[in-house]
Amino acid sequence: MTGEPEFRRVFRLPRAPRRQVARELDDEFQYHLDRRIEKLVEEGLSPDEARTGALEAFGDVAEVRAYCFKQSVVRERTMRGTDWLSDTWQDLRFSARSLRKRPVFVAAVTLTLAVGIGAATAVFTVVSAVLLKPLPFEDADRLVGVWLTSPGWEVEWLEQPPATYFAIREDSESFEDSGLWKNTFVTVTGLDEAERVPATMVTDGVLPLLRARPIMGRLFNAEDDLPGSPQTVIVSHEFWQRRLGGDPDVVGRTIVVERSPREIIGVMPPGFRFMSNRSDVYWLRQFDPATVEMGDFSYNGVARLKPGVTLEQAQADASRVFLLALERYEGMSPDYARNLGMDVRLRPLKTELVGHTASTLWILLGTVAIVLLIACANVANLLLVRAQGRSREIAMRAAIGASRARIAQSFLTEGLVLSLVGGIAGLGLAAFGVRTLLGTLPEQFPRLAEISTDGTVLLFCLGLTALTGVVFGLLPVWRASGSDLAVELKAGGRGGVGRETNRTRNALVVSQVALALVLLVGAGLMVRSFQALNAVHPGFGHPDEVITFRVSMPGPGYSAGEEGQQTVQAMVEALEQLPGARSVAAITSFTMDGSTSNTSMDIEDFPTGEGETRPSFRVKWTAGEYFELMENPVLAGRPIERADVRDRNDVVVVTENLALAYWDSPETAIGKRLRDGDTWRTIVGVVGNVRDHGPGEPPVAVVYYPAVVNDFWGADTFVPRWMAYAVRTSGGAPASLMPEVRRIVRSVSPDLAITGIQTLEEIHDLSMVRTSFTLVLLGVAALVALFLGVIGIYGVVSYAVGQRTREIGVRMALGAATRDVSRLVVGQGFRLAAMGVVIGAVGAAALTRLMTPVIYGVSPADPLTFAVVAMTLVGVALLASYVPARRASAVNPVEALRAE
Amino acid sequence: MANESMELVKGTVDVLILKTLSWKPMHGFSISEWISDTTSGDLGLQEGALYKALHRLERKGWIAGGWGLSENNRRAKYYRLTARGRAQLQAQSETWRRYSLAVSRVLEASAL
Repeated sequence: MTGEPEFRRVFRLPRAPRRQVARELDDEFQYHLDRRIEKLVEEGLSPDEARTGALEAFGDVAEVRAYCFKQSVVRERTMRGTDWLSDTWQDLRFSARSLRKRPVFVAAVTLTLAVGIGAATAVFTVVSAVLLKPLPFEDADRLVGVWLTSPGWEVEWLEQPPATYFAIREDSESFEDSGLWKNTFVTVTGLDEAERVPATMVTDGVLPLLRARPIMGRLFNAEDDLPGSPQTVIVSHEFWQRRLGGDPDVVGRTIVVERSPREIIGVMPPGFRFMSNRSDVYWLRQFDPATVEMGDFSYNGVARLKPGVTLEQAQADASRVFLLALERYEGMSPDYARNLGMDVRLRPLKTELVGHTASTLWILLGTVAIVLLIACANVANLLLVRAQGRSREIAMRAAIGASRARIAQSFLTEGLVLSLVGGIAGLGLAAFGVRTLLGTLPEQFPRLAEISTDGTVLLFCLGLTALTGVVFGLLPVWRASGSDLAVELKAGGRGGVGRETNRTRNALVVSQVALALVLLVGAGLMVRSFQALNAVHPGFGHPDEVITFRVSMPGPGYSAGEEGQQTVQAMVEALEQLPGARSVAAITSFTMDGSTSNTSMDIEDFPTGEGETRPSFRVKWTAGEYFELMENPVLAGRPIERADVRDRNDVVVVTENLALAYWDSPETAIGKRLRDGDTWRTIVGVVGNVRDHGPGEPPVAVVYYPAVVNDFWGADTFVPRWMAYAVRTSGGAPASLMPEVRRIVRSVSPDLAITGIQTLEEIHDLSMVRTSFTLVLLGVAALVALFLGVIGIYGVVSYAVGQRTREIGVRMALGAATRDVSRLVVGQGFRLAAMGVVIGAVGAAALTRLMTPVIYGVSPADPLTFAVVAMTLVGVALLASYVPARRASAVNPVEALRAE
Repeated sequence: MANESMELVKGTVDVLILKTLSWKPMHGFSISEWISDTTSGDLGLQEGALYKALHRLERKGWIAGGWGLSENNRRAKYYRLTARGRAQLQAQSETWRRYSLAVSRVLEASAL
């Protein structure tokens, strides 16, 4: 009675949507009722009676239908889940099985991906922490740096004077609060041993406006700021632990900061940092609004915008207040300020902190993105070869009923398995890379302590992994979707090697070469910059023989007076007794060490006209044999001598660029005079130029004073407190002198503390660190790119040789010489490389312009760099195709023809 | 009481369906005919309840449905026993056999 059913699908019904479920239920019931009616009619009932009887026998159709519908829907839902699970499980097992059989393939793909993903993740870790994340303060986007600008002085960012700080605090309407701060070093005494520690001078509003919270005690408040209030200080968690023994009752204790006793009122939380500085002491600076003038442009400003106020609105408001300040405070006439174009200038605090590193980091991120692209091109090539081998398998699976989606899913699974392994290895590499990066980055690099592998980074890595996995998973499917099943099956094991595929592979290799060229050109430009920087004479020689250290004299004010003179002379004399010391000097700031002082001056014979600005020069104070120690030649006259320091002679030495700016030659400058205040001082010598801002910046005009000066900055006897010393040894290892140096410093005065020990070479290297850092990373990236590019070319050419063995055999049988075959093969590699080089050169010409901020002394379109890189790449490509060419020319025509 | 007897009936229908499908795949109408033919209509199975049971068993995965052409050349939904259904049938027939044995033992004992 019942026939064999013909199931639509051999294994399983396709899953159905709800509408179809309902329709099938209706069909099923209808069939049943029709049959029942037919049967009842056969038994002799009338059609109407039969219909009623059938419905009666069935029961409540609506109720049954609702019940069955629910059962079916639940079934569909579970089936979808278990189907997907079992499909995925099947795919995973299949992938694992087929991949295990190809360990070399798996290693090549995952390693390449790991390098690409790892490098990208490592650099992203730094970029995310430094550039993307907000500063670690509440509502940090409302914090701004407050500066002045003075185009007339050619200073874009000028530190604030207390006068504008008061004006902004009183009259502006855009800020919740503002404050001044400055990084200093202070000598802390009153504990067992004197120590020089990094410190931050703040006005009372700074820490509260950052929304900082002390873990103990309180922050500064307006009352502390009142003249006559007790002197107060806040210490860091680290200092509290290290020097105060973690004393729980530390609030209220007194420490001596710069010889003045201050009460500790609070302890900051562990790891608290303001503007990258690890300060141990935050000390309150009280300014008296009654006595400030429009001068002393020395302080960093910070302010918090009121909610809803934009930077532009605040800027306009601050400019208005600046004009008020000019009227209110003595020291600078409004006309003069207007002539200079002076104004207040605001910028987001984050920009202030990370601004100069942004270009380097973006270049770096671009670099690793290119490396990742090259890696992906390589992997894509490997996968194409594999897909080639599997085209028959795909055709077979499609023929026995697998849908395209099902096949895609299985390839996707394999792609994801590969990329996941690569991604996990990449994460490991990234962790290693970040640690290496942290080691290479200079200590002053902003937000260094905030760099860590966090959720954002993991998400980034996961995203990259998934993206590469999906792309690589779908690549073979996309490739196969164009192919004809029947053709694939007929082609047998050889698979259809279409023009299409070869074109894809060639395009991949060309883009690899092009990308590698971009990176190589970038690295080449950095090498040229580095050479150019090293060729610059910085104003000193043999820096590896010189050890420098700072021994500031504690106390208030700039000048240490008579007592300071004793200390400086005693220090120099004592250091000269060191065995192995060739020359010894004291100086306020070594070339390139970042410490600067500038003063406006009058030059005799060159009076400043009405409404003009007096020229401003960098000033340094020195004792001992500074120019001999630095190996900076005295071009005319004499250096500053011992007698000048002892007798406070009114003499100075100037640099060559300063002398030539006013006089014809260094010689004619001798005997001329200049003054900073009322006292004229005679130029007794001219020395070589110094690159005080680093080798990449133009030399700075410097005026050198003796370490002890009459009548300077309001002091009768001026001796700068912030003295540093240097010793040049006879060849090598100057750091070994340090124990002896410490003993000497203690013998001169127990109140002196040594800080900032570094060789002159370290100071020099530090000034080059951005260039060398970019150079090393770009260099490594370029080498990886070159390596991957070579592998790509080699892979494609040797694969082509494999395909063309028969053709080569025919050619040789017809009389082609070995040389002709080699040329044929090498020619293919050459064509690919040449195309890549041309495309890459166009790209590089566009991209290297972005490198302008980090290169020096070389054009971004430097023809030499481009030429050398292009020739190198082509040469390497020829080499890479020569190996398969040798194999091709060794083809035995008889065997090649028989093999098919 | 009423509920328990319903449960009993439901379980009976399930095992009858499984047994019926153990011969060969069938559609709902022929299952219904087969059962009433075999039991001479003694069970008085309502056809709606049969379909409810069919869909319930399909959801449990004991039987699988599929469309095919019927003996009179019409589209009909056929059900076949799955591997899990066959295992279920064995377990349930065993239970049923023991159950009816126990019941008849009680009935015979009372006749003594």
